[in-house]
Amino acid sequence: MTDLTSLGVREIRDGVANGAFSAVEVAEAFNAAVAAAAQLNAFIVTTPDHALEAAKKVDADRAAGKELGKMAGVPIGMKDLFATKHVQTTAASHILEGFKPEYESTVSQKLWDAGAGMLGKLNLDQFAMGSSNETSYFGDVANPWRRNDGGNAKLAPGGSSGGSSAAVAARIAPAATGTDTGGSIRQPAAFTGISGIKPTYGRCSRWGIVAFASSLDQAGPMARSVEDCAIMLEAMAGFDPKDSTSLELDVPAWAESLNADLKGKRVGIPREYRMDGTDEEILKSWDDGIAWLKDAGAEVVDISLPHTKYALPAYYIVAPAEASSNLARYDGVRYGLRDLPEKAGLQDMYAATRAAGFGDEVKRRILIGTYVLSAGFYDAYYTQAMKVRTLIQRDFEAAWEKCDFVLAPTTPTAAFPLGDKLDDPLAMYLNDVFSVPASLAGLPAMSVPAGLNKDGLPLGLQIVGPAFDEQAVLNAGLAIEQRAGFTAKPEKWW
Amino acid sequence: MSNYRIQGATGEWEVVIGLEVHAQVTSKAKLFSSASTEFGAEPNAQVSLIDAAMPGMLPVPNRECIRQAVRTGMAIEAQINKWSRFDRKNYFYADLPQGYQISQLYHPLVGEGALTIDADEKVGIPEDKVIRIERIHVEQDAGKLMHDQHPTMSYVDLNRTGVALMEIVSRPDMTSPAEAGAYVRKLRSILRYVGSCDGNMEEGSMRADVNVSVRKVGDTELGTRTETKNVNSVRFVMQAIEHEAQRQVDVIEDGGTIVQETRLFDPNTGTTRSMRSKEDAHDYRYFPDPDLLPLELDDAFLEDCRASLPELPDAKRARYTGELGLSDYNARELTAEVETFARFETLLAATAKGIGKPEKDVATQVANWSLSVAPGVIKALGDEADIAHATAERQASILDMQAKGEISGGQAKEIFEIVLKEGRDPAEIADTEGLKQVSDTGAIEEAIDTIIANNADKVEEYRGGKDKLFGFFVGQTMKAMQGKANPAVVNQLLKEKLG
Repeated sequence: MTDLTSLGVREIRDGVANGAFSAVEVAEAFNAAVAAAAQLNAFIVTTPDHALEAAKKVDADRAAGKELGKMAGVPIGMKDLFATKHVQTTAASHILEGFKPEYESTVSQKLWDAGAGMLGKLNLDQFAMGSSNETSYFGDVANPWRRNDGGNAKLAPGGSSGGSSAAVAARIAPAATGTDTGGSIRQPAAFTGISGIKPTYGRCSRWGIVAFASSLDQAGPMARSVEDCAIMLEAMAGFDPKDSTSLELDVPAWAESLNADLKGKRVGIPREYRMDGTDEEILKSWDDGIAWLKDAGAEVVDISLPHTKYALPAYYIVAPAEASSNLARYDGVRYGLRDLPEKAGLQDMYAATRAAGFGDEVKRRILIGTYVLSAGFYDAYYTQAMKVRTLIQRDFEAAWEKCDFVLAPTTPTAAFPLGDKLDDPLAMYLNDVFSVPASLAGLPAMSVPAGLNKDGLPLGLQIVGPAFDEQAVLNAGLAIEQRAGFTAKPEKWW
Repeated sequence: MSNYRIQGATGEWEVVIGLEVHAQVTSKAKLFSSASTEFGAEPNAQVSLIDAAMPGMLPVPNRECIRQAVRTGMAIEAQINKWSRFDRKNYFYADLPQGYQISQLYHPLVGEGALTIDADEKVGIPEDKVIRIERIHVEQDAGKLMHDQHPTMSYVDLNRTGVALMEIVSRPDMTSPAEAGAYVRKLRSILRYVGSCDGNMEEGSMRADVNVSVRKVGDTELGTRTETKNVNSVRFVMQAIEHEAQRQVDVIEDGGTIVQETRLFDPNTGTTRSMRSKEDAHDYRYFPDPDLLPLELDDAFLEDCRASLPELPDAKRARYTGELGLSDYNARELTAEVETFARFETLLAATAKGIGKPEKDVATQVANWSLSVAPGVIKALGDEADIAHATAERQASILDMQAKGEISGGQAKEIFEIVLKEGRDPAEIADTEGLKQVSDTGAIEEAIDTIIANNADKVEEYRGGKDKLFGFFVGQTMKAMQGKANPAVVNQLLKEKLG
């Protein structure tokens, strides 16, 4: 019998639907794989019962001849940034440790409604702030991949969706939710040899997702194929009246419309992305990608995104500014951690609670955000950053006159060892250099595996498309996937 | 210009006043959540996940709150900004679960407007005065802290958290406590006409931040101002200004300087005291709320807002004096409160219909009845009166009988008394209780003939030019008729017969 944990979303769904195996068998196989992979520390809590209950319902529905949902019988990992009813929701922070919401996020509810079940809540960088999953209060997540040098140094799975990327790459979940604020789906996907798409800002409701930077946060799927991403994104997306920034658009049939024939399409190659210090092997994989897309029928055009170099600094102003305000609600008054020293007043309680409840990176960003919004600095930082954001949006608008989508590397390097950049926040922030522009512009962007580097580590390629045109991104991703022939798997060591 | 002056040791001072009025928007749900806004619920019974700022919760603007603020802006003839935006005002406090208030700093919903306060010689407002309004923005209210529930802890009630407020910011155009009082009253009246705020200051639906500065008469530069927060009645607004202006004059004349600061008003003593100075003022770190898109209003929405506006106080007053021919006094009294004009207009319509005359022909009669006769009777009866009995139909019926001469003014009052006590039909009362005046000329003529016959000497004197005796004959006739004769008929017949 097939190893069920080797299967992806479509394979599981179809197998359950046609009776090749039951949803319960699938859930049990993944529950067991999750339980056996504690060394990866991908999950903060596991919820085997949730996965089983969902599977039982799917099996019963099938037996009753009912129509099955898009994700029927697929157990997934849920990033612990999504509020899940009566299941601890922490954003990987101490301040929310033990917090069990009375509500279910819109996106997770949609997935359950589509027949998915939950294996557990996935680890992440604390409040989604980080690029290595090392800022979690619940410990680092280990990348299932290791260098082929015979050493056993643990590598970062990327971040902030590091639990998601590790779980999917390790085959302990066929797919997982991620959220992407400046690259938090795409960078970890690239680091672990999987696919992940951040849709257009507003496609997925933010209701019930712990907020990091509201104007940038977007949920998206992470899986091992472009098709699986398309299927899962269909289940996650859709207008939500509870989110004012939600797009009032129908959800296209992305999976059904997948088409790797790119004849008549133009792929833009932004010259500003050839940055100093970019890994030679990354540049080579980019060239491979160009060749594959050309092979798929696309015309290659050079384009310019002239304000790219300002994107990273602008991002590290806007995102912390919003975060400093979004995280003000964690004050020890109504839920979560409360640190109330003897004879403390209200302000003392705030200070003690937040000092104990937030990690260093979160504190750093709150401080940056508070600073850039302060009287006297607001115009120099926040206003300027918002102007840059507009210019970057215009860069892309101009680019769409010349091309249908853009191809670029996802990250400047492959996965790095845990601990490598922990003491150097700026080096860590540089990880986002290729992913941040699409975030600032609110555009759909995807990372797909392109191959392995000489160390045997996966590299990702990024496709960015015009707003609302996830299909263009998915189609280009599929064309690369078909030609890259990426079949490598991390060797099991956990 | 007001003549309000403070006599200082060094000369005369004038006061400059600006008001920021916070008015709670009348709406069923809160500004960004569906929780109820009803007053008086159990603490924390009206708190949604959004109001409690649970993780991942998002605000969604309540269309009705926006509509009410736009209508209010239209009522003060203000510029309505079709594009506005919400900003976050960041600070930590236990009554503010989000850690920020959603407000509008940079792009308010409503721009420049104005209202007119009415001349009132008695309080030193010699003529109508226009007070400019800088802006109206919408924002969330905060919760309420309760310090008297526990010896060492404070409790928080979040029912008010997130309720929609309009902040109505005036220009510093007022120069006396009386003008400020008149401004608050006029604003309250407009809000109540529009229906965008119930104006209930006791329940906190309206409260004012009072900005006051002083300067020597003749100076053109503004002095340093202080802001006294959350003053919750017209009287307190005036008291706060009086006290604060005097305090500032005293400080300056004693060689001190006024510091820009936030102050608190103590209603028990009528004084203000310092709350915090500019140095330790919060840095609110305002920035556009990224959870909300800019507010864009289309023409259809604006048209709907405009079409739904009622006749406003100034227009109504002008119509009452112009079209209805009411006195200035009556027009002002009748238009001051929504309930008053509503009762008047209902009664006016019913009376005009009953009598079969245009409203303007009976308006003065109805106004006098509404403002003085009826309230007088009600007041005299005290607890015996049941106002519910005083329907417009019954009152119109009384006014109808009076207009037709069937009953006298005194009888009208007597009938109304019985109506208030027993709820009976006025026409039936007039019949049953004999409360009708005689207009039958035969009976009156008979009485007059007898009186003339019995008072030949007086008749002689009258005809000789002693006009004052006419009253004597009227009195005698009314006495003979037991007070029930129609005075107009009596007058007419007497004139004929006495020659």
